[in-house]
Amino acid sequence: MTREEAENGIDDMVIDGAQQANAVPDRFDANYLRIYYGKLFPHADMFKWLSYGHDGKHPACDKSYFGRREFSFTLENDIYIRFQSFNSAIELENSIKEKCPFKIDIGPVYSVDPAKRHAYAQSGDNVFTPVERELVFDIDITDYDDVRYCCTGADVCLQCWPLMTIAIKVIDTALRDDFGFNHILWVYSGRRGVHCWVCDGKARRLTNEQRAAIADYFRVYKGNENSHKKISLPGPVLHPFLARSYTEVLKGFFEAKMLPNQNLLSSEERYEKILEMIPDASVASELRGRWQENKRASMSKDDINLVRWDQLKSVLQSGKQKTQGIRRCVEEIVFSFTYPRLDMEVSKHMNHLLKAPFCVHPKTGRVCVPIDPNNCDEFDPTIVPTLSQLLEELNREGLRQDADNEGDRTSLGESVKFFRTTFLQPLLKSCKEGIESSYNAKLQQSKNALSW
Amino acid sequence: MEVFQSHRKSSSNNVSVSTLPLYRSAPPLEVRLEDFELFAMDRLRVLKGISDGLGRGKKPEEMENLVADLWKENMRHPQANEETNKDVISHFVLRLVYCRTEELRKWFLSMETTLFRYRFRFQSSEAQRALMSEFKLPYKAVSNAEFECVKDKLNQVARSMGQTLAAVDAVFYKVPFEEVPELVAGRRVFIYKGHAYVAMNQVVSLVVTQFRSYLSKALILTNSIEYVYKGIHKCTKTPCYRLSIKALIFCKQDDVYQVSICNLACRKWTSTVREQEKDRLAPIVEALCTRYLGPDYSQPNEVGEISVKDIDRIAKTSFPLCMRHLFEKVREDHHLKHGGRMQLGLFLKGVGLKLDDALAFWKAEFAPKVSAERFDKEYAYNIRHNYGREGKRTDYTPYSCQKIISSAPGVGDHHGCPYRHFSEENLRAALVRMGASSRVVEEVMDKVRNRHYQLACTLTFEAVHGSSCDAGINHPNQYFIDSQKILQSKVDGIQFT
Repeated sequence: MTREEAENGIDDMVIDGAQQANAVPDRFDANYLRIYYGKLFPHADMFKWLSYGHDGKHPACDKSYFGRREFSFTLENDIYIRFQSFNSAIELENSIKEKCPFKIDIGPVYSVDPAKRHAYAQSGDNVFTPVERELVFDIDITDYDDVRYCCTGADVCLQCWPLMTIAIKVIDTALRDDFGFNHILWVYSGRRGVHCWVCDGKARRLTNEQRAAIADYFRVYKGNENSHKKISLPGPVLHPFLARSYTEVLKGFFEAKMLPNQNLLSSEERYEKILEMIPDASVASELRGRWQENKRASMSKDDINLVRWDQLKSVLQSGKQKTQGIRRCVEEIVFSFTYPRLDMEVSKHMNHLLKAPFCVHPKTGRVCVPIDPNNCDEFDPTIVPTLSQLLEELNREGLRQDADNEGDRTSLGESVKFFRTTFLQPLLKSCKEGIESSYNAKLQQSKNALSW
Repeated sequence: MEVFQSHRKSSSNNVSVSTLPLYRSAPPLEVRLEDFELFAMDRLRVLKGISDGLGRGKKPEEMENLVADLWKENMRHPQANEETNKDVISHFVLRLVYCRTEELRKWFLSMETTLFRYRFRFQSSEAQRALMSEFKLPYKAVSNAEFECVKDKLNQVARSMGQTLAAVDAVFYKVPFEEVPELVAGRRVFIYKGHAYVAMNQVVSLVVTQFRSYLSKALILTNSIEYVYKGIHKCTKTPCYRLSIKALIFCKQDDVYQVSICNLACRKWTSTVREQEKDRLAPIVEALCTRYLGPDYSQPNEVGEISVKDIDRIAKTSFPLCMRHLFEKVREDHHLKHGGRMQLGLFLKGVGLKLDDALAFWKAEFAPKVSAERFDKEYAYNIRHNYGREGKRTDYTPYSCQKIISSAPGVGDHHGCPYRHFSEENLRAALVRMGASSRVVEEVMDKVRNRHYQLACTLTFEAVHGSSCDAGINHPNQYFIDSQKILQSKVDGIQFT
């Protein structure tokens, strides 16, 4: 279909959209995207969010704040424009509508306006440097290819998606309970994973070293492709964070979902991978012997994966096993298969770009909608609204004239509302308080200075 | 020579306690030119020794002994004053030397911090407390009531590290987790609602964090001074000043060359030093930083260029195991993850592969899996970036052994040092494929067990080439160059006889 035809198609559908509700072809298209940015993308909310209260009238507001933020656009023909900046909500919105980027990335807030960085560079001093950035995490299902048998690469299905769900649970709990962060946004990446934005002021001002420390706190995976030791849990007991993750999330998930759904112990090829992780060869061969024998005898109603897992646990954790390494092995297996695998580099550096929420993924056409960490079990990536679905909904509603806020009536409305009420409003409230209190502190200081 | 005071008043009893210098500001001391360079060399030996120790993955207890020995060997002086002077002078000279690039700064910062960490541990607890108050650390010990609430968790953390909690007199500080990144990274503290509970024997981390962040800032500042003299160095290319290390840098007074370190370390030094003298300083500074970090192999000079069709042949004869493995993997899988592409790509650049050839090579290798169009979109930028043709246009240098050994390959990754990152089984198999005899394999494995990864690689080199390598292997590109030299000399030998 050429561009002209596509445009005509849309015009037709707007006219008689009510009858032909299914007529929007299910694909990604620049023209659809233009309508999406025109009518549905929450420009104002994005501006509010990234202003962090500095768009207000309070004298302590830093008016230059939003304008120092880097945005990057990837245009239709893979032209990549970095270091864009905008001074107002209108500028941002107009630019997005005009350029119609296939992807919008959000970068750090710099010391100076990133669009004018060259002008500053000439002054010789190294002043162009990132000063603030949300703490971000990127978890990608492709990194789990060695522990899922249902899909590979960018594919994802309801069998393997729960790996993302438990990653959200483990990381979200630690960010709140351990690190004390409150303003956390989880977003579906549109295809094969999730992004996390930690937006507390304290998080935005972390240095690279501090970011790396948090990323390392979350890291248990030590192996690589050429060494089969994947998880290393030294010490006689687990650190409280790992212990909590294990008992509250990982263990239950592994036994109830992962084992039966991925058939981890049903065939020789698969159980060998687990036996490989047992450091004592005689223990492994004892189990191997048992499983090879009862291949035919698996008449029992119980799931063979669960039966074998119980056998493995009872052998490894029996009183006979004196060494700590053998007993710890059960935990190591569970961690290997379920513990979140973060893309460390994304979290470690301030100047890493990350795709903005509410973008549309060009390959799937799905919108990067927020995920509620408290109800993440219910999130289903296969029913996330697609671009064409949203346009259909717009068409269906198109004849009604009372449309102030068209987005609210599409299935994206729920997501935008969730973003506003559970993330944006509490965030802005605390930003306002922060600005106020730092202002009062300064005022107090200068008063004290005067009274001298 | 004036004496730099490193005595501080201890907050509790007003008695002066001798502690470590924090290098907050350059002392107003004068130093003979000879000492300027000598002191710096001695300190470099210490830092280089620390760097080697870290590269071998030495444990903290081993590092503690190593640092003590290195210090004693290179920096000790019978007179405490002299030792402190040497400490301070050498630190400031090296600060000037190592502020020049991001890479140098990172190395210096990390070695100086490590040095400080272990020296702090040798201090008496009185001196430690004096240093803590010097840094104005405002933390109070956790109260008994609070301690009781978190005791179980603290105990759990202690046990997770194989220690036990001394419950009776346990003193803990509650600090924002940001202040102790290394304890957070190692999960060596209990963290609750943004606060880390730091045990008394961990306060070194608090102090080190302060030290590190201060030094990091100071290095950036020093670099902005250095900016000026680099420009001058470029425009005066007379060969004579290479010889001028012993000649004057600064003012000549009464036949004794003196240099004020104070001037070096402050913003204004360029204006206080005469133009001509600045030219003399550049070579010293340059020589100092390459002497111990070694050449960076960013320019393929000794062997010259290679083309795509040569790679197969030279990979078999002259690539070290790490690069051979990556090369075989890209052949097999038609893909490599980012870490692998960087490690192999920069190595090939150092070997002499031109940008166009590099693009052709990667494109062809990836072709079965990655279409030409996708390659141009997703991979070509990074390759051009490595050659300094994109982004900030830095000509990136190939990775050294040290960098490769300290990398942390994860899922799907093939980069890193095989001697460190392979399982024993895989390493043995790989060595056999390289043609190592079973005796050599055992020798190599022995080195690996003792974490002498570079020595293991050197042994492999010697076995494969049937020729000794006295300098040891420090860089994959050095391995390559040395290998090519040996092979070339064999060819020449045949021709002449």
